Amino acid sequence: MAVQTSVLEVARPGPGGVVNVPEPPPELERAPLVANNRSFGWLSNRVASLSEDAAPVWWWILFIPSVLALAMLFLMMSYQISTGVGVWGNMHPVMWAWDIVNFVWWIGIGHAGTLISAILFLLRQRWRTAVNRAAEAMTIFAVMCAGIYPLLHVGRAWYDWWLLPLPNSNSIWPQFRSPLMWDVFAVSTYFTVSVLFWYMGLIPDLAVLRDRAKSRVRQFLYGLFALGWTGSNRHWSNYEKAYLILAGLSTPLVLSVHSIVSLDFSVSQLPGWHTTIFPPYFVAGAVFSGFGMVLTLLIPLRSMFKLQDIITMRHIDVMCKVTLLTGSIVGYAYLMEFFIAWYSGNPNERFHFENRALGPYQWAWLFMVSCNVLIPQLFWFKRLRQNLVVVFIISILVNVGMWFERFVIIVVSLHRDFIPSNWGYYRPTWVDICTYIGTFGLFFTMFLLFIRFLPLIAVSEVKGVTPQADPHHPLGGAKEGVHHA
Amino acid sequence: MPEPASKPYGILAEFTTAASILHAAGKVRQAGFRHWDVFTPFPVHGLDKAMGLGNSKVGWFAFLGGVAGYTTGMLMIWYMNTLDYPIVIGGKPMFSPFSAFPPSYELTILFGAFGSLFGMLFLNRLPRLHHPLLKNKRFSLVTHDRFFIAIEADDPKYSETETRKLLEEAGSRHIEVVEE
Repeated sequence: MAVQTSVLEVARPGPGGVVNVPEPPPELERAPLVANNRSFGWLSNRVASLSEDAAPVWWWILFIPSVLALAMLFLMMSYQISTGVGVWGNMHPVMWAWDIVNFVWWIGIGHAGTLISAILFLLRQRWRTAVNRAAEAMTIFAVMCAGIYPLLHVGRAWYDWWLLPLPNSNSIWPQFRSPLMWDVFAVSTYFTVSVLFWYMGLIPDLAVLRDRAKSRVRQFLYGLFALGWTGSNRHWSNYEKAYLILAGLSTPLVLSVHSIVSLDFSVSQLPGWHTTIFPPYFVAGAVFSGFGMVLTLLIPLRSMFKLQDIITMRHIDVMCKVTLLTGSIVGYAYLMEFFIAWYSGNPNERFHFENRALGPYQWAWLFMVSCNVLIPQLFWFKRLRQNLVVVFIISILVNVGMWFERFVIIVVSLHRDFIPSNWGYYRPTWVDICTYIGTFGLFFTMFLLFIRFLPLIAVSEVKGVTPQADPHHPLGGAKEGVHHA
Repeated sequence: MPEPASKPYGILAEFTTAASILHAAGKVRQAGFRHWDVFTPFPVHGLDKAMGLGNSKVGWFAFLGGVAGYTTGMLMIWYMNTLDYPIVIGGKPMFSPFSAFPPSYELTILFGAFGSLFGMLFLNRLPRLHHPLLKNKRFSLVTHDRFFIAIEADDPKYSETETRKLLEEAGSRHIEVVEE
């Protein structure tokens, strides 16, 4: 029996040239990514059963109101398009209001999906595999909700095609010196690349569903979309490279999208908008709200679908930590905006920030600061990160706070600009409110259909991070003394 | 019994662990086979090396896509706002690489992403909805929890008895001949 060696001591080759690496003490051991040592087969069965079994009652209870809200969205859109943009509360001096607030809010929520799928992939954060599929789906649906607003708020939606690089009826091309045109390219690229990335990740998992399918319809449809995937290692080799490149391309993409959204504001000359801190501040806020939404969606899902062994408490814990970090970055940005307003000595800038904190919209500012900066600080405490009820409530408050942040930036900056005779107070109309509720209908209808018909968890990727997937691990079949060059 | 007219696609051997497939893949490669492949439910670490696969060529497709995207963006904006219909907006220059950069940057990513996805599909010859292995009952476990090696009948070294023996020695418990 060898003498117990310290972990810090250099391991020397013992007899037979075998290096004895002492096991780390149990308290330093990380929790496994898949709890209870579940087998490959268990993972396939668990995830596939979600779309193979009959829909649970709670699914219908959520689905029916979502579809009704979606129907309301279509009604509101028809009313707005047929009557005019005046059905909204947008009125001088606040010409951008809930439409742009909701556009920025939804597109921000989308950012966690790409962050999880791309940036955490490049950083080799293997825990991402349990949540990336659902987060990417969330991204796509959130961008769909976001995309509705700019298309509607132009007022004459039938001219939306003028945004495309096509000559309009007077042979005039779009004007690329405007950040609004950059935004068109950023958002449409973001949507397209997110769909490509999501679909590529789905191919091996669609093959899982294809190979288990009992009915002809399922065999045909999953078979069609799995593109004839066989799990060939020659294919996996190209697939993994393509996945890495897509992650590498999506990383600058996700950073650029909310940067460009922020340029819609910061390129203008309005106090409260004309700030160089906007791009990083918007990106941090977007990731913050996106993780809030991922937690809001996954905490109920993991218990309803009994996925606790795949989405473990460790996953919840790390996502809370990302929320805490990005929330604190946002808090720093809030402070820095006030500091620069004071330090610049610009009277308009100073007035704007006084007005933001003490003016007629003080209530919105207080909501924003408390939900985004103060409440997430509770995540410093491990006990609260482990309490699912607390995490769920905070995750919702994060998105309430982020909505108010966009409201503060857009409406509060516009409502009192340079000349007091130009001032006003904005109120939304019932159409604004119903359209916003309608976008939730679109989002949840899409998301509920997704969890019923597509693999909610990236099964093939989760299999790959289990110990039995590692050919050099005893659970992967490695015998002592067997070494593969 | 298979009909005598049907041609064998190859021989299919089943394995149950990641270590055994890695070990067997090394053996098959050493035996000098060329038309063979390994099938796994997830990418197994080290298998590319064991099979002797080189670096994937997907990167070239993505790179060419990216270059095409950036060039398209810059040329398109220059043509539209400078050549075909110049309009003075706020005294700004007709074309500036700075204001043309954000859309061109997005197009770089967009075309690069198309390049990597379609490059991957092209290199893998996908979609291919009919494959002899996909008709095999046992092979459907490849997406569940099993690992397979298939050696094709058109490999110069293929022999139904010898190849079977090799795969048995490599540790496979279940071997069968798959029809075309």
